[in-house]
Amino acid sequence: MIKRIAAAIVGIGVAGGVGFLAYAWYPAIAPVAPPPPSSFSAAQIERGRVLAAGGYCAECHTRTDGKRGVELAGDYKMDTPFGAIFSSNITPDPETGIGHWSEAAFKRAMRKGISRDGTQLFPAFPFDHFTHMTDQDIDDVYAFLMTREPVHSVKRDNTVGFPFNIRLEQAGWKLLFLHEGPLKNDPSHDAEWNRGAYLAEGLSHCSACHTPRNLMGAEKASAPYDGAPVDNWIAPPLNEHNPTPVVWTEDEYFKYLRFGSAPLHGSAAGPMSPVVHGGLSEMPESDVHAIAHYLADIDHASSRVSQDPKAIAWAMQASMKDLVGPQVNPNAKLYAGACAACHANAGPQPVEGRPDLALNNALWLDEPTNLFQVILRGIGTTEGISTVSMPSFYHSFSDADLARLAAYLRATRTTLPPWTDLEKKAAEVRKTLPVPPVASSH
Amino acid sequence: MTTFRLNGREVTVDVPGDTPLLWVIRDEVGLTGTKFGCGIGMCGACTIHIGGRATRSCVTPISAAEGADITTIEGIDPEGNHPVQQVWREIQVPQCGYCQSGQIMQAISLLKDYPSPTDEEIDAVMAGSLCRCMTYIRIREAIKKAAATARGDASNG
Repeated sequence: MIKRIAAAIVGIGVAGGVGFLAYAWYPAIAPVAPPPPSSFSAAQIERGRVLAAGGYCAECHTRTDGKRGVELAGDYKMDTPFGAIFSSNITPDPETGIGHWSEAAFKRAMRKGISRDGTQLFPAFPFDHFTHMTDQDIDDVYAFLMTREPVHSVKRDNTVGFPFNIRLEQAGWKLLFLHEGPLKNDPSHDAEWNRGAYLAEGLSHCSACHTPRNLMGAEKASAPYDGAPVDNWIAPPLNEHNPTPVVWTEDEYFKYLRFGSAPLHGSAAGPMSPVVHGGLSEMPESDVHAIAHYLADIDHASSRVSQDPKAIAWAMQASMKDLVGPQVNPNAKLYAGACAACHANAGPQPVEGRPDLALNNALWLDEPTNLFQVILRGIGTTEGISTVSMPSFYHSFSDADLARLAAYLRATRTTLPPWTDLEKKAAEVRKTLPVPPVASSH
Repeated sequence: MTTFRLNGREVTVDVPGDTPLLWVIRDEVGLTGTKFGCGIGMCGACTIHIGGRATRSCVTPISAAEGADITTIEGIDPEGNHPVQQVWREIQVPQCGYCQSGQIMQAISLLKDYPSPTDEEIDAVMAGSLCRCMTYIRIREAIKKAAATARGDASNG
């Protein structure tokens, strides 16, 4: 009897294993001759260009560490808790890129995360979002990519260690976390909301950075849009947990996503900058409006917005604090000397181009990461508001100065509890940045 | 290579991306009206305009100025007769003068944001522009006079 039970268990196990392998195994899709550019219409290629911008393909498929790589030729280093993953070359180079990929192979990769040769792809490639894209949109992106200049470029090897480097495991991951297929139209919302959902959840994969990930590297279904650390920055919460005093309304989202700055929240800097300036700025304006419309529903803006005038009035008062009359507080002096010329605001509303820190995202987040990033790096003219820039205070402030400044601003320009371990955190952020030269006299 | 507009003229420089903009303006282009003070963005002597907004050029890396529209003290008026420069002369604001181009650039920016600035607004915005000769009182007076002139309020001052 026991033998029989054991045999049955083994049998079920084997059957399960065979079943899993059958599920996990995908055949190679036969290589094709690279399609000639003339096989795609100019209109389709242009549609693909816009979609590829809105999906930020180039952001993760272009090397940025060391010497900058050719756009879309891959080798972007993505640090994950499992090791570094280097992105693949998605130019149509037959040997090292996707030149031999048929439209079917490309579609399978986008929908199921399977490479042309049948290999399981890591979810660093957000196929769990692209799976929601329409056939037409995927075909258009394919047309755009296959008409780029082929670049011969071999990526570096991933450093993902055992056992996570076993690609077959990804099939199990997908069983748990991949919800294949199109998003269902939600009839309780209007067409603009549904368009926004399609873009935000699919092509533009907002939650890939703005939702925390679980131990298996998948977005936590229990905490959608709760915010998460990414590339030594914090991708802030996009839901009602976003701590800024003024609500992210549709209007604020639109200005931010279209032009790189929300007057009542701050600028798109760091990893968010190319999302705007290399991505959403290329999309039709109506699509950016749709994303803004959708996100403003995610954070329940309409039910919270009535508090905004009070919050703005408070912030405008806080903005001028310690800036008038003789000042003995050394931390306030630091602020008055280095920051206030550009950030102090008087009057009922912040002046355009004068980002108010009492309203700024960076000051209200749970950690000072983004504040330190911006003070240390500055913001160039290709980021944030694209005509202006903020200097880099890398050499101006020691980690202790940064800690004092952050503590002072948090205490005087927010109503939130103090940050902790500021000097240590400042040093940690500084370590992630290249050292600019000392502007010494010469 | 970085390309930007300087006082209306297109400039391309081939310097490392982390070179301070001030060095490029003074040493590469040769405009020396913008001064080197502290080198850490804490004194305001190097203030220029990027996109019309006062910016400390000593701590702005050239890479952050790609495509920027930059104005220095030499570019605000071809004859040196910008309304703010005029009142600066009338009131004889400068003593040694070293910080004054930065003061003027910051003041122009202030007047754009606050066309009729109060003492508090002047203090808040100008606090980052230091003057070792202590010309602060005259700077404030000149800013108010420039604002009054712009309003057409001839009786002020």
